[in-house]
Amino acid sequence: MSRSSRGRFAVVLLAAVYASAVLAGFLAPYDPVEQNRLLAFAPPTRLHLVDDSGRLHLRPFVYALVPRPGTFDVYDEDRSRPYPIRLFPNGASYRLAALIPGDRHLFGVDEPARLFLMGSDEYGRDLFSRLIHGTQISPVAGLLAACLAVSVGLVIGGVAGFYGSVTDQVLMRVAELVMAVPWLYLLLALRAALPLALEPIHAFLLVVVVIGVVGWARPARLVRSVVLSARTRDYVLAARSFGASDARVLRRHVLPEALGVALTQLALLVPQCILAEVTLSFFGLGVGEPLPSWGNMLAGVQRFHVLASYWWMFLPGLALVPLFLIYYAVTDVLHRRLVLRSP
Amino acid sequence: MTRYLVTRAVHSCLLFVAVSALLFLFTELVPGDFLEELRLSPAISASALNTLRERYGLDAPLTVRYWRWIQSVVRGEFGFSLLYERPVGPLLRERAANTLLLTVTATVVAWCLAVPIGAWSAGRRGRLTDRATGVVVTALLALPDLLLALGLLLIAVRVGGLPVGGMTSPQYSTFGALHKAEDVLVHLLLPACALCLAILPTLVRHVRATLVETLDAPFIQAAKAIGVGDRRLIYRHALRAAANPLTSLLGLSVASLLSASMTIEAVMSWPGLGPLLLTAIQARDIHLIVGVALASTCFLLAGNLLADGLLYLADPRARTESR
Repeated sequence: MSRSSRGRFAVVLLAAVYASAVLAGFLAPYDPVEQNRLLAFAPPTRLHLVDDSGRLHLRPFVYALVPRPGTFDVYDEDRSRPYPIRLFPNGASYRLAALIPGDRHLFGVDEPARLFLMGSDEYGRDLFSRLIHGTQISPVAGLLAACLAVSVGLVIGGVAGFYGSVTDQVLMRVAELVMAVPWLYLLLALRAALPLALEPIHAFLLVVVVIGVVGWARPARLVRSVVLSARTRDYVLAARSFGASDARVLRRHVLPEALGVALTQLALLVPQCILAEVTLSFFGLGVGEPLPSWGNMLAGVQRFHVLASYWWMFLPGLALVPLFLIYYAVTDVLHRRLVLRSP
Repeated sequence: MTRYLVTRAVHSCLLFVAVSALLFLFTELVPGDFLEELRLSPAISASALNTLRERYGLDAPLTVRYWRWIQSVVRGEFGFSLLYERPVGPLLRERAANTLLLTVTATVVAWCLAVPIGAWSAGRRGRLTDRATGVVVTALLALPDLLLALGLLLIAVRVGGLPVGGMTSPQYSTFGALHKAEDVLVHLLLPACALCLAILPTLVRHVRATLVETLDAPFIQAAKAIGVGDRRLIYRHALRAAANPLTSLLGLSVASLLSASMTIEAVMSWPGLGPLLLTAIQARDIHLIVGVALASTCFLLAGNLLADGLLYLADPRARTESR
């Protein structure tokens, strides 16, 4: 695959991730907070094509699970009746993007069978549905936080680079202060200064703001250096000698160059911000239950018996890897197009 | 040399003081304090609570508290941890030593791996093996430290044989000196491995990129023309010329090293600064929070200073510039 088509592919995938955040209710087979206390820690459901009598089914099917008597986390398949996977079944009602109501899902199986593609957690909630709904939390929080960080960086870096002298000195000293503390420690120290127990939605906003506030220093420094060098270019001097105002020079000559760097920084910063949210939620300092953040879904693994017995609880974390790879590819494209200006 | 380093050191000290003031003031703005939970208990009267608050000095105005804190910093105590009921300073020193053990081990191992891998990859630039290394490195880069730590734990639990979490065995105090060291080493294996894998991909990428650039330089072409062998070319000539950017990288990577270490320590319950900070936050133990953040800042500044010093030794150009 050529470089540019790979870049286009990455952008399409990225759009798909955020589209699935909007369409989460439809794509996920179950409600993310619906509990099945009798199906706690069920392993990923096995898909079958051949039934007990050796007959081949064209449509994959599953069997209903029955708890083995005397245990609480061992299940047997009830082989008496296959439940084929159906497209567009009726199920739990939801609202797309909090607006459009619906109760059709992309796929599912009839009750009482359950389709746990990635297994279930200690309350018997479907991990796959929680993962899909989690795209509304973690990737979105990361994107918002990175946007906040880069906009603050753009303003501060722009002002520092453009006005120079004392303003520049003061602002860059502050940036240095922020960067003197390792970012995760700074993040946690800031988080510590804010209330611990919060409504999930408030916690979400708070996490976005805290991560954004911690991350502005590096983009600000980069933007500053770009603005500083753009300010002394010949074409800017020429524009000034024609009598161009500060605002015009900023808008026409300085900003376009700074925007390229800022956008590249944004794509670079998002994975870090997503990881910051996941880490905070993992430690119980971010978005809390029952909202499914990719971080608090992993939190169960902190208990030894969960880690030792239920390996599928670890699966949601792996969703981060492809997402990060997509962002790296997008960063690469933006860097080549906007900063190096090569096709 | 001394003058250059002293300027840098003074700068770092000033930065440290400013960070400490900001962190202290910011965390003191917290609504609620350490005694928050006691207030909810019906067994404790309001007057008893007030007495406690007075004894811990939580009722004093901000300026007084800050002045008292500064005094205790001068004594080396860095405030008083209400959670552990002892001065913060000694507590920090214990935990910081553990973090140092973990991070230094991981850094040394990572560099010992990154330089040969990067050099090998740069020497075979464009070939299939180079590209394969690139793919593996990118995959590792996309694997966040949290997942690395959890994944290694998962593997250790499945395979067995390695201790899962902690720094010492329960019967540690009964061991002899040699056995003690061995015990810590065995416990160190897993977190050090995770931390090493967390920082390795960035290092390999930079080593490779720097060497690729250096290998294009005219003096390398000349050396190649004389007939200098590949290995000697890379390790004797190219690597030495690439010392400057690589040393700068050492300084720059300290920040991400410490952050990765914090996550890994917390997940693998390595008794370093990371878990201490999390406990302090849950308990609202403000002096401890500030203390841990300052200790990590101290590490970061010291790491940068060390890199500056090494740069000074490694690159003659840095010496002439600073004069």
